[in-house]
Amino acid sequence: MQKLCSLSILMLPLWLLSTPVSANVTEYKLDNGLKILVKEDHRAPVVVSQIWYKVGSSYEHNGATGLSHVMEHMMFKGTKNHGPNEFSRIISENGGKENAFTGQDYTAYFQQLEKSRLPIALELEADRMRNLLLNPDEFSKEVKVVMEERRMRTEDKPTSLTFERFAAAAYVNSPYHHPVIGWMEDLEAMTVQDLQNWYNAFYGPNNATLVIVGDVEPKDVLKLAQKYFGPLPNVSVPEVKPQREIEHKGVRRVMVKAPAELPHIIMGYKVPVVKTAQDAWEPYALDVLASILDGGNSARFARNLVRGQEIASGIGASYDPYARLGELFIVNGTPSQGHSVSLLEQAIYAQLEDLKKTEVSPAELERVKAQVVASKVYERDSVFYQAMQLGELETVGLDWKLMDDYVDKIKAITAQQILQVARKYLVEDQLTIAELDPQPLNGASNMKTSIGGRHGN
Amino acid sequence: MVTKIRILPLALLSSLVIGNFAQAAPNIQDWRTENGARVFFVEANELPMVDVQVWFDAGGARDQNKPGLALLTNAVMPEGAADMTADILAEKFEAIGAQTSNSSQRDVAEFTLRSLSDSKYMNSAASLMAAVISRPSFPEDAFNREKNRLLIALKSRKQSPDEIADEEFYHMIFGNHPYGAMPEGTEDSVKSIVRADLLDFYKRYYVGNNAVIAIVGAISKSTAKKLADTLVGKLPAGTAAPGIPDVTTAASIGSQFIEHPSTQSHILIGQPGLKRGDPDYFALYLGNHILGGNGLVSRISNEVREKRGLSYSAYSYFMPMKQIGPYVLGLQTANNSRDEALKVLQQTLHDFIDKGPTPEELDAAKKNLTGGFPLRVSSNSKIVEYVAMIGFYGLPLDYLDKFNENVQNVTLEQVKDAFTRRVKPDQMAIVVVGAKS
Repeated sequence: MQKLCSLSILMLPLWLLSTPVSANVTEYKLDNGLKILVKEDHRAPVVVSQIWYKVGSSYEHNGATGLSHVMEHMMFKGTKNHGPNEFSRIISENGGKENAFTGQDYTAYFQQLEKSRLPIALELEADRMRNLLLNPDEFSKEVKVVMEERRMRTEDKPTSLTFERFAAAAYVNSPYHHPVIGWMEDLEAMTVQDLQNWYNAFYGPNNATLVIVGDVEPKDVLKLAQKYFGPLPNVSVPEVKPQREIEHKGVRRVMVKAPAELPHIIMGYKVPVVKTAQDAWEPYALDVLASILDGGNSARFARNLVRGQEIASGIGASYDPYARLGELFIVNGTPSQGHSVSLLEQAIYAQLEDLKKTEVSPAELERVKAQVVASKVYERDSVFYQAMQLGELETVGLDWKLMDDYVDKIKAITAQQILQVARKYLVEDQLTIAELDPQPLNGASNMKTSIGGRHGN
Repeated sequence: MVTKIRILPLALLSSLVIGNFAQAAPNIQDWRTENGARVFFVEANELPMVDVQVWFDAGGARDQNKPGLALLTNAVMPEGAADMTADILAEKFEAIGAQTSNSSQRDVAEFTLRSLSDSKYMNSAASLMAAVISRPSFPEDAFNREKNRLLIALKSRKQSPDEIADEEFYHMIFGNHPYGAMPEGTEDSVKSIVRADLLDFYKRYYVGNNAVIAIVGAISKSTAKKLADTLVGKLPAGTAAPGIPDVTTAASIGSQFIEHPSTQSHILIGQPGLKRGDPDYFALYLGNHILGGNGLVSRISNEVREKRGLSYSAYSYFMPMKQIGPYVLGLQTANNSRDEALKVLQQTLHDFIDKGPTPEELDAAKKNLTGGFPLRVSSNSKIVEYVAMIGFYGLPLDYLDKFNENVQNVTLEQVKDAFTRRVKPDQMAIVVVGAKS
């Protein structure tokens, strides 16, 4: 069971554990290169439409970080046919919800609607794929919004700030080095012309995947897509260099000093992902390994470090097997009252050493697999989530059909294989550690100043 | 999870705790268990799974002089029950793929369970949850551990400007009313809690007459009846918790500035708003949707974010509760623009109250709320939340069926009138947390 809500942030997201069967997925490709994936789900009269572009922060270079994300914001600022924010107003008037998100490997836009409104979303989405107007005034306001977003998410959140420095140390030449939102310096130096170049380079049908999940017929979706996206010309997408991360060569340590109450530690080991693995089973073994440590309240971290030794107040393990480039197997945690970060660090090593010495028990492994199987059923409750999985796999350059095999691949993992990946990858030479060293808040949060008004009680 | 920021959404989706509905609403069946628990059930046979929520009127509003007590009671319950330790309970739940959670806010302390509906899984999951709910053992070591973790959570709040603002805001608005304290309590109050307090609290509030159960899933009504009996049948009937005192006006008005070494200032302004079942509910809800409740399309976001680039998230919402919950308007902005941002926020509110929405705005808001109806009941997880809310707050069972009609019937005059009567910009609490300029 999950405990205090504020500590649950360290839990492994269940989506790392499972993917649904892709029954009912139909795939099309338009002449201009637009890929279309349609998944029928006739449970409710709704539809989710997502368009995924193969561009994100890992496509950005030093000095130009944050471009993909600011671009995402600017996509709501109007086209030749629609004024600023009109996209949002039209979707709203049609009872819809919409938003967008940017990651390391993708930029995606979505609408959730009653099913008959799908054409409205597709028409608007096709319009802004090629007809965006990048107005300098709108840009100067919106980049300020993004700076505020960065302050809110990173500058004033000591654990996020620590994570940013951690990633920058763990990755030397891989573009995962820099944050999705970009460095503040780069946001300040960004111009509307930079964005225009970014848009011209990456926003075209041949660099996108349209994912539709819901109460629809695939051939109807194809017709609509042809009507709205069909006339768009393809674009010449720049060559993406491999930027494979150089060899690690020994542990790296980073200290981050920031005003805070609580220390925090983040540890990351370089590991392969599905896209880069020499041995195809290894990412799945790492995935199971993450669950052995943190796949629920019976997993080892909760059982041994939160309960048991009571050395962590919160601790988690995470790993994304579907990243486009090489990844990190991450452990992070906050020590409990009266314990230092270094004690927690030692306790984490001891947990990892156990995994290298002794095979996990059959019961432990079965629990992980049982959760994967059950989650496969549960996730069908969300059409949005199903669309997310299709879009992410396709956009990082993996076959979305991998979803079919996921459960079988996880089920095939043996205790011996978990031991092998633990021995091979969870080693000091592949490790980066960042520690948040809390600096006094100066008792500032206790200093209240009343500026007039009535005060009862 | 926030440990790894991979994804940045364009805007925070405002998470209002308010439901909207109309045609094709789920069919809710209800009954009482022998010991008085109210059960609300929706049969949904499309997927082989069941969602359950068990809500008790045992949230922080019941803390009395020990804020944090309700939350701690709820947190320790899964840490040992019947003859099972926390380890064994967790192993048994997870071996059958069941997912559980527990949490406690001001009005409600709750447990949720998601299981496959096949009886061999569901029956085991239900028995385990029943042990947590009706036979918790409150082990001494678990109590101490969870108490320490709560103290850590309180420290974590102190490094977060938005949570500092939130705490001060509730304190100003509700003063000594039970809603004025944080469900997490304070360092002093949590330290004063002893295990016997949890036992007393549990005995008083975890009783049949104080429970609401919502069930949505692929089971028959007779199976749902057995499920509800398994979950809470062993609890004594007891008595429902007494009413929570009325909330009238804000306990304090005016401004509080709290210094914090952050790059942004977090601003909250507001007052007591409305309660569940309030006669002005739909007029205020619709009006607020236009003012600040509909993301980027709302006036506040338009003025603060779109026109001026002052904030990433600027919003307003009503939080209707058993008694009157808060009306909150908020944003966060760089310290050097906080005066401007606050002014814009207040001016936007003033304009809205003075002139009301335009007919076009009202029409657009109605279209959004009614046209979006199918989205609100498109999954079991959404339906079970609504059903629990309807049951707990005693809303009519046709609340969902009538929702669109109730939205449609609201007139421009009603919105203006309700805002003029109920929202008082000059009598609001203002909290600003940020660095000194």
